[in-house]
Amino acid sequence: MDKLLLSVKNLEVVFPLRTGAVTAIRDVSFELNQGERIGIVGESGAGKSITAFAILNLISKPGYLASGSIEFDGIDLAEADEDLMRQIRGNRISMIFQDPMMTLNPVLTIGTQMEETILAHRDTSRDDARKIAIEKLKAVQIPSAETRLDQYPHELSGGMRQRVVIAIALLTDPQLIVADEPTTALDVTIQAEILELLLDLCNEFDVGLILITHDLGVVSQVTQRILVMYAGRIIEQGSTSSIIENPMHPYTKGLIGALPEMTTPGEKLNQIPGVMPSLQDIPSGCPFHNRCRYIQDVCRSRLPDLAKREERLIACHFPIQYD
Amino acid sequence: MSAQTLEVRSSAWQRFRKSLVYHSFIHNRTAMVSAAVVAFFVITSLLAPVLAPYDPWDQTQFDIMDSELPPVGSNGADQRFVLGTDAMGRDMLSTILYGTGISIMIGVFATILQATIGISIGLVSGYFGGRLDSFLMRVADIQLSFTTLMVAIVILALFQATVGLRFYENYAIFVIVLVIGIAEWPQYARTVRACVLAEKKKEYVDAARVIGLKPRAIIYRHILPNTISPLLVISTVQVANAIITEAALSFLGLGMPITKPSLGSLIRNGFDYIFSGSWWITAFPALILVVLILAINLLGDWMRDVLNPKLYDK
Repeated sequence: MDKLLLSVKNLEVVFPLRTGAVTAIRDVSFELNQGERIGIVGESGAGKSITAFAILNLISKPGYLASGSIEFDGIDLAEADEDLMRQIRGNRISMIFQDPMMTLNPVLTIGTQMEETILAHRDTSRDDARKIAIEKLKAVQIPSAETRLDQYPHELSGGMRQRVVIAIALLTDPQLIVADEPTTALDVTIQAEILELLLDLCNEFDVGLILITHDLGVVSQVTQRILVMYAGRIIEQGSTSSIIENPMHPYTKGLIGALPEMTTPGEKLNQIPGVMPSLQDIPSGCPFHNRCRYIQDVCRSRLPDLAKREERLIACHFPIQYD
Repeated sequence: MSAQTLEVRSSAWQRFRKSLVYHSFIHNRTAMVSAAVVAFFVITSLLAPVLAPYDPWDQTQFDIMDSELPPVGSNGADQRFVLGTDAMGRDMLSTILYGTGISIMIGVFATILQATIGISIGLVSGYFGGRLDSFLMRVADIQLSFTTLMVAIVILALFQATVGLRFYENYAIFVIVLVIGIAEWPQYARTVRACVLAEKKKEYVDAARVIGLKPRAIIYRHILPNTISPLLVISTVQVANAIITEAALSFLGLGMPITKPSLGSLIRNGFDYIFSGSWWITAFPALILVVLILAINLLGDWMRDVLNPKLYDK
């Protein structure tokens, strides 16, 4: 069961811009076992999506993978050529995007888009592809799947569309699904349904999941482990329950404290003061130091390593202690 | 299950009948009349061999003694020739039927050629971008800086001079289609490229890449169908333009030969006789040309309005 599926080591993605090179993520390392579900959380611009795209070798130009290795089931994706990547994308690793409105092609029927995905990776007839498509639509609990296949995306509701997107991600029985904020564009009631569905499907088909989100509530529902990212680095990593209960990094603590559930009704929400530094001028020392409540001199000058502390990895000079 | 899916699939026509395009067409008199006019010309010219009383391409069928007979209704008209005859004694009605067919054929095939070249180049240019894009678009600019007429005149004149008139008469239609097709491809290339630039930023293209599709499949199956509405609009306009260009070339003596005349060559042919009072040789083909072009352009206008969602509230 605990077979290593994905191992990312020292990943660094650089965007050479006119004003100088910007390192979007640096020194990102993590591992994922077969069937394991992890969450990557952080503010906008922390490098969550870049990490996901880097795994699929789809960083948009002019960005490139400067260093690091991505080992997926024995294959180094960082070194893989375009042909090999195409065999892996959509086949062994699928991706779910944020807005189902945008990810389905408006002029093709659901069926065409699903069949196409299967035919790109499997040597089957169109009829068989259609059968698989119907089967997966049923798996994501879409009623009267046969008729849905001949409909266009605009004929479906938002939640329905995201179900179709998930069905497309499942078509080729992938080992890993990367979901980039899959519920942000949906309203709250649908969100819960979709998350539950995603969780059930991952369990049923033994699929690994990387869930990218800024919503800690979402992560805590679905994942087993959390990576917290800040300014392109992983700053805390550990099991979901322990991080939610006892966040050791001041930033993680701030994030959890900022949840509306954590405030008394009528009071102002707890914000983390300040904004995340721009990737072009990350402060010296700990990148979080100018927003941190527990700042000491050493934080300004020395970057904390991502070190193991109890069952956790944490990059902070003075992690919060719990008894 | 299969019966159900079959039923859904066979209802494409019903779906079209429910669509906005159909609705707007039914409620737009201009569009319906224009479509009827275009359809009328297309059908009559397709049926020309059946409908025409004479074969205008067969020189043994007409008699010089019948030359310049006026249309029925005027003095000295002959009942055999409803629209009169030209200087060779050829029946105008038959000649116009065949000529309309040639004009429409040139228009359609030249447009297909333009579209094929232009769309392929535009898709590649827009999708891959970078230096390839700059190169292809500069080529398009250069091509556009030579007007179609100028390119056509040079090529056709050279062709006519080198291969001789007899050979030219047989192959003129291919050369004209080729010249108009090649001269106008940048229209398509630019439009398609602009659409591709807008489309390729959309997430469904990312999604298609994530699915593992090859660039070819992404370009043709995903992006191209999303650019189809502006292409339909240009296509109608370009058919009309190609017909006009051919008519202009014919008027300069570089279009279809008078033995197999298009509408343009008929106008040109009759123009020599207009001051001797034989107005009908020029007037009827000219009228047909104007009506045909007007109908096609009105159809194009309607299509542009209906396919542009920003104009719906009008």
